[in-house]
Amino acid sequence: MIGLANPTRFLALVERLVPWLAGTTIIMLAVGLYLALFVAPPDYQQGETVRIMFVHVPAAWLAMGGYALIAIASLGTLIWRHPLADVAAKAAAPIGATFTFIALVTGSLWGKPMWGTYWVWDARLTSVLVLFLLYLGLIALWQAIEEPGRAGRAAAILALVGAVNLPIIKFSVDWWNTLHQPASVLRAGGPTIDPSLLTPLFVMAIAFALLFATLHLIAMRAEILRRRVRALQQTHVAHAALAEAEA
Amino acid sequence: MKAALVLLRRDIKLAWREGGAIGVALGFYLVVIAMMPLGLGPDLNLLSRIAPGILWVALLLAALLSAGRIFANDYEDGSLDVLTTGPLPLPAVAATKCLAHWLTTGIPLVLLGPFLGLLLNLPIGTSLSLVLAMLAGTPAVSFIAGIGASLTLGLRRSGLLIALLVLPLYVPVLIFGVAAVTPYVTGPRSLWAPLLMLAALSLAAIVLAPFAAAAAVRNALR
Repeated sequence: MIGLANPTRFLALVERLVPWLAGTTIIMLAVGLYLALFVAPPDYQQGETVRIMFVHVPAAWLAMGGYALIAIASLGTLIWRHPLADVAAKAAAPIGATFTFIALVTGSLWGKPMWGTYWVWDARLTSVLVLFLLYLGLIALWQAIEEPGRAGRAAAILALVGAVNLPIIKFSVDWWNTLHQPASVLRAGGPTIDPSLLTPLFVMAIAFALLFATLHLIAMRAEILRRRVRALQQTHVAHAALAEAEA
Repeated sequence: MKAALVLLRRDIKLAWREGGAIGVALGFYLVVIAMMPLGLGPDLNLLSRIAPGILWVALLLAALLSAGRIFANDYEDGSLDVLTTGPLPLPAVAATKCLAHWLTTGIPLVLLGPFLGLLLNLPIGTSLSLVLAMLAGTPAVSFIAGIGASLTLGLRRSGLLIALLVLPLYVPVLIFGVAAVTPYVTGPRSLWAPLLMLAALSLAAIVLAPFAAAAAVRNALR
């Protein structure tokens, strides 16, 4: 982590990693989609619509994983002042928000045939919607503050406040209303899903995680370069002002 | 402790003398409540059923309206810089200012609540539980608003941004706040559980929010 504090070294690593990551992502996505769409049997009750799960569930996992990443990076910004922590958090926010959005949309499309409606105010849906709103707030805060250092620290504080609040929101919403099925994969006592559906699900989850990592590294690279451009522009403006003052 | 009391007295005095700062929040509360029957129709049964939710949502919005002021005025005239170097630790300053916001905005809004409930045909018998629930929940509202206010110091359009940042964090307060009032409308259920949850949320906010707000203020002043 200390060696990577040097942005140039980090960029070199990204340069080397991204082609491999992107390649594995494509292969895993292809395998996962083939397994999910052609190999996995239709559910005895839900029919073909069960295949939405293979996109919906990994997206929902990464929606939460993305926020966890931002929260950990925020600790890095505020406590260890790692120069790349804030870049990592900022780059992860739009990607996490997108996965949250995908989870909401696919869940909505799945809900129509299963529950007969696109949207219900069920606990899971509501807490994911709140998660989406927290992502939007974070992105808005980053965009509202011009100076990257200040924006990064402010967003880090907000991200940690949100991280403390998320479990509370989750429990209060659970208490408020529940229709969504309880967790069936990651639970004590082993998964309750048949292995024929579980394998494609895990392949898709790995593919989505790789996709997240690839996009995240590319977004971090873009953010570092954007900051360099900004710094160059500022020195340029300062030099121009100095030359003008001397003339 | 003395410094905190002086600061608290100063902030309350400023809020009173600012001319309409409190009145605007109360007026906003009244307007939002008055708009609801116009939008939903004058069916008194429907109104009394949804009154707790409407009263709580409107209260959150009205409280947010003045949330920006918790730090903004002191930030603009430089008193916040002085306060950071004063004898009072910055989290204590933040806590005092949030407390002042609760006393000058939260309490008046709570006291107006039952009267606006009459407009929505909320049974008179629920007034007491409404006031209790709001008294227990509004400290959390003010202290969490303090986080939003400190994060958006000195930004343009900070009012809208505060709402976007803070409203999602109010979800638990809203849920338990409504739950504390609703049972009396739809049937008897324990008032205590939601009331204690609201108190717990408020206590947690009072303890934790000042530290987040202080960190954000320090970041804004840097």
